[in-house]
Amino acid sequence: MSTSTREAMLPWDDVLAAYDPALGLEVHVELNTASKMFCGCPTEFGAEPNTQVCPTCLGLPGAMPAVNGKAVESAIRIGLALNCEIAEWCRFARKNYFYPDMPKNFQTSQYDEPIAFEGYMDVDVDGETFRVEIERAHMEEDTGKSLHVGGATGRIHGAEYSLVDYNRAGIPLIEIVTKPIRGAGEKAPEIAKAYVAQLRELIVALGVSDARMDQGSIRADVNLSLAPKDSGALGTRTETKNVNSLRSVERAVRYEMQRHGAILSGGGSILQETRHWHEDTGITTSGREKSDAEDYRYFPEPDLVPVAPSREWVEELRGTLPENPTQKRARLQAAWGFSDLEMRDTVGAGALGLVEETIDAGATPAAARKWWLSELARRANEAGTELAGLGVSPLDVARVQALVDAGSINDKLARQVFDGLIAGEGTPDEVVEKRGLAIVSDEGALSTAVDNAIAANPDVADKIRDGKVAAAGALIGAVMKEMRGQADAGRVRELILEKLT
Amino acid sequence: MSAPETRTAAQLADALAAGETTSVALTQAHLDRIAAVDGDVHAFLHVDAEAALAQAAESDARRSAGAPASRLDGVPVAVKDVLTTVGMPTTCGSKILEGWLPPYDATVVTRLKQAGLPILGKTNMDEFAMGSSTEHSAYGPTRNPWDLDRIPGGSGGGSAAAVAAFEAPLALGTDTGGSIRQPGAVTGTVGVKPTYGGVSRYGLVAMANSLDQVGPVTRTVLDSALLHELIGGHDPRDSTSVDQPLPALVAAAEQGALGDLTGLRVGVIKELQGEGYQAGVQARFTEAVELLVKAGAEVVEVSCPSFVHALATYYLVMPCEASSNLAKFDAMRYGMRVLPDGVDNPSAEEVMRATRDAGFGDEVKRRIILGTYALSSGYYDAYYGQAQKVRTLISRDFAAAFEQADVLVSPTAPTTAFKLGEKLDDPLAMYLNDLATIPANLAGVPGISLPSGLADEDGLPAGFQVLAPALADDRLYRVGAALEAALHEQWGGPLLAKAPTLEGGTR
Repeated sequence: MSTSTREAMLPWDDVLAAYDPALGLEVHVELNTASKMFCGCPTEFGAEPNTQVCPTCLGLPGAMPAVNGKAVESAIRIGLALNCEIAEWCRFARKNYFYPDMPKNFQTSQYDEPIAFEGYMDVDVDGETFRVEIERAHMEEDTGKSLHVGGATGRIHGAEYSLVDYNRAGIPLIEIVTKPIRGAGEKAPEIAKAYVAQLRELIVALGVSDARMDQGSIRADVNLSLAPKDSGALGTRTETKNVNSLRSVERAVRYEMQRHGAILSGGGSILQETRHWHEDTGITTSGREKSDAEDYRYFPEPDLVPVAPSREWVEELRGTLPENPTQKRARLQAAWGFSDLEMRDTVGAGALGLVEETIDAGATPAAARKWWLSELARRANEAGTELAGLGVSPLDVARVQALVDAGSINDKLARQVFDGLIAGEGTPDEVVEKRGLAIVSDEGALSTAVDNAIAANPDVADKIRDGKVAAAGALIGAVMKEMRGQADAGRVRELILEKLT
Repeated sequence: MSAPETRTAAQLADALAAGETTSVALTQAHLDRIAAVDGDVHAFLHVDAEAALAQAAESDARRSAGAPASRLDGVPVAVKDVLTTVGMPTTCGSKILEGWLPPYDATVVTRLKQAGLPILGKTNMDEFAMGSSTEHSAYGPTRNPWDLDRIPGGSGGGSAAAVAAFEAPLALGTDTGGSIRQPGAVTGTVGVKPTYGGVSRYGLVAMANSLDQVGPVTRTVLDSALLHELIGGHDPRDSTSVDQPLPALVAAAEQGALGDLTGLRVGVIKELQGEGYQAGVQARFTEAVELLVKAGAEVVEVSCPSFVHALATYYLVMPCEASSNLAKFDAMRYGMRVLPDGVDNPSAEEVMRATRDAGFGDEVKRRIILGTYALSSGYYDAYYGQAQKVRTLISRDFAAAFEQADVLVSPTAPTTAFKLGEKLDDPLAMYLNDLATIPANLAGVPGISLPSGLADEDGLPAGFQVLAPALADDRLYRVGAALEAALHEQWGGPLLAKAPTLEGGTR
């Protein structure tokens, strides 16, 4: 396959000069219900393959589905949070196509009768609010997961054999589809990212999903097309799958805009197709061709009765909705005293909830932001995971900061505590204990170290004796070195000055 | 005392309760009968003597301890091979599922086991219940005990023939367009399609989910009521099952058998008689209606004009659902796997294609193609969408007719049993067998077929169908039992007493 190379790209400014982008986002949210969409199997992530299966989710002959009421409730709450109408009566439908990871060779989904429809979400980008219109949110079941063994790409082509894990088959999904987002222009990549980030934040606030992009519990498909500038038309779109981080959403939009731009400006036309996103190389490659070939032969699922949520129930669920994210962000920003830029970075990093919980656990806003957005964001990036998947909890961060505030450790030592937390060595206090990171407050040991430093640096000592107090820094450095950093620099300074002045 | 296998299930239950026999003895008697005649009849695809006798021994132990699990505890039963069974293969009459051992029991099978009925084996059927003659079974046809050169009806020809040949006192069937009732008609037995949702479909390998129902196949109306009460009722695993108690079916049969139908309004469906109906079938039907009048019923003619479209509607709805249901048979997880000839390292898709080509018979392929076509983009509204609208019209016809009558009646099938092979190459002629039974499936209303006598032309059984409003299955039993009593009096016993003796038979 000739797909692993970067295709021709039109420079970004040229794309914007000649074309208007239209975006469409389809986000799949895996619900965190205890059992699957249509059977009683557990949904826990990471179990041994094919241990969370039954006749229904394996699609065995004769087995029948029964709707998970909790999943319907979550779907309605998501719909309400997205300002959608909730259907008074809707049905499931079969989406028919053959694929080995689909146990029945049809997916039980919803077609022209979604549970929620006609909503919107206001997205903040660079201080501007952009309204993303929601076409629908519907319920469906996840497929199994294929693992292609052998071959170079891990894709089905060239693989020696494939394994399928059906633990994921039947996990409840909500697919949230936007209407075409037009008029975004140069902000299209940022709007796409901000939409997914804010949607994820909303899902977290609703408590209906683990919302882990790195584990696939939120997955975004990015539809993109370009039309000649100011033509008002809609061009041919591509659908990029597997966009599984916020950063990638932004990159994928930018990449496809430039790739489309190169093809169109060269007089070519866009093939309507599925594209695969490659996180490592930051490019998309051609997947299966979509065009008119795909006919899913949808029809209402005859094994299920219609879902008809009563208006009373819908209103009751409306009462359980969390605070509107836009209002909540404004409230938190004011309370924390963050600048617009600080707030945007926090949201963009997917750290809003983490920072909030860290503050709730006793850290100052500045400290909470500092750890999550610099130290921990860097580590998450290195590990290719999300902040939430790093193994460090908001409680941990608050405790680390408390240790710093108490003078037990300093910032440098705190970084080593995070190393230990990420390595799974226990609580912050346990890591400090096990690694021997506590700052030495033993005056005798400190005093000896100071004496040693004075003895080793007589010139510096003389300068201080002569009143050049600023020179103390060199001695402090020497003491800290001897103490392997585990000393309170302020106390060291005091000791030096006591001894020399 | 007559041979145990010729007695009704109710009689066998009484004999067990009175301690006159044991479940092991009568299970063994039926196994012996199967051994003697099933070589000719071929009603069974699988017989599990060991398991049946073990279940019979447990039943006897419960009886000895004075704790039978149900009235029918110990009475053996046969199960159509479209229902999943732990410990016995479930093939649906198809090569594609040859040897498949399901890991779970259908809810109705669980209920049989809980009630203590030893399961003799699995009965033959048209592949995936598609057919009206059992000739579409991948394992060879079942033969009609009345004439071994003739079909036993279908798709449930195996269950009907097993009961007609005294190989089992009771059997389970499934009815999507007449697969319980039409075999009942042509084998001189009783079959009931319950109200849609009245009996759990969990574990029934679906042909058309919105039409399929499990029901009893027996020799008498009372036996059907006994079996129906045992398998019926709500099942949380089947979302379409009705969450309310069954009406009193056995009581209705017992009351009907007293012969008094005073005040009952019987509607004769104008569109389901006359042209296209064999003279002998029509004659027995007319006589049976007169017997109902004698029993005190008031007869009116009702018109259901949309019924003329029922067959066309059925042959859109059913193949659409079936085409999707049968997609799961793809060689990936269970059942047959065929590698394509001359292909190195075949892809999953190539294996699916080769397996489905080799594993499905012609009638199944025909319906998959029909359904796939009808659901295709651009055709959906014209075919599936339109069929659903006509389906609504048929339901309205029923609703209007039930304003005028408490039950509706018609011949069950237009003809008596035809010869094996006679209609095999003419699908439309085959489909016409279900003309009178299909409307009930489309509307979800219950229906019973019981013998109305022998047609003069050929001396073969004809069937009488009674239809009732949804959830009023008890009316079927009341009317059926009354008619059965009157006919038995006329015939001097059950119709099956007139059936020829099978080679190796004990009768």
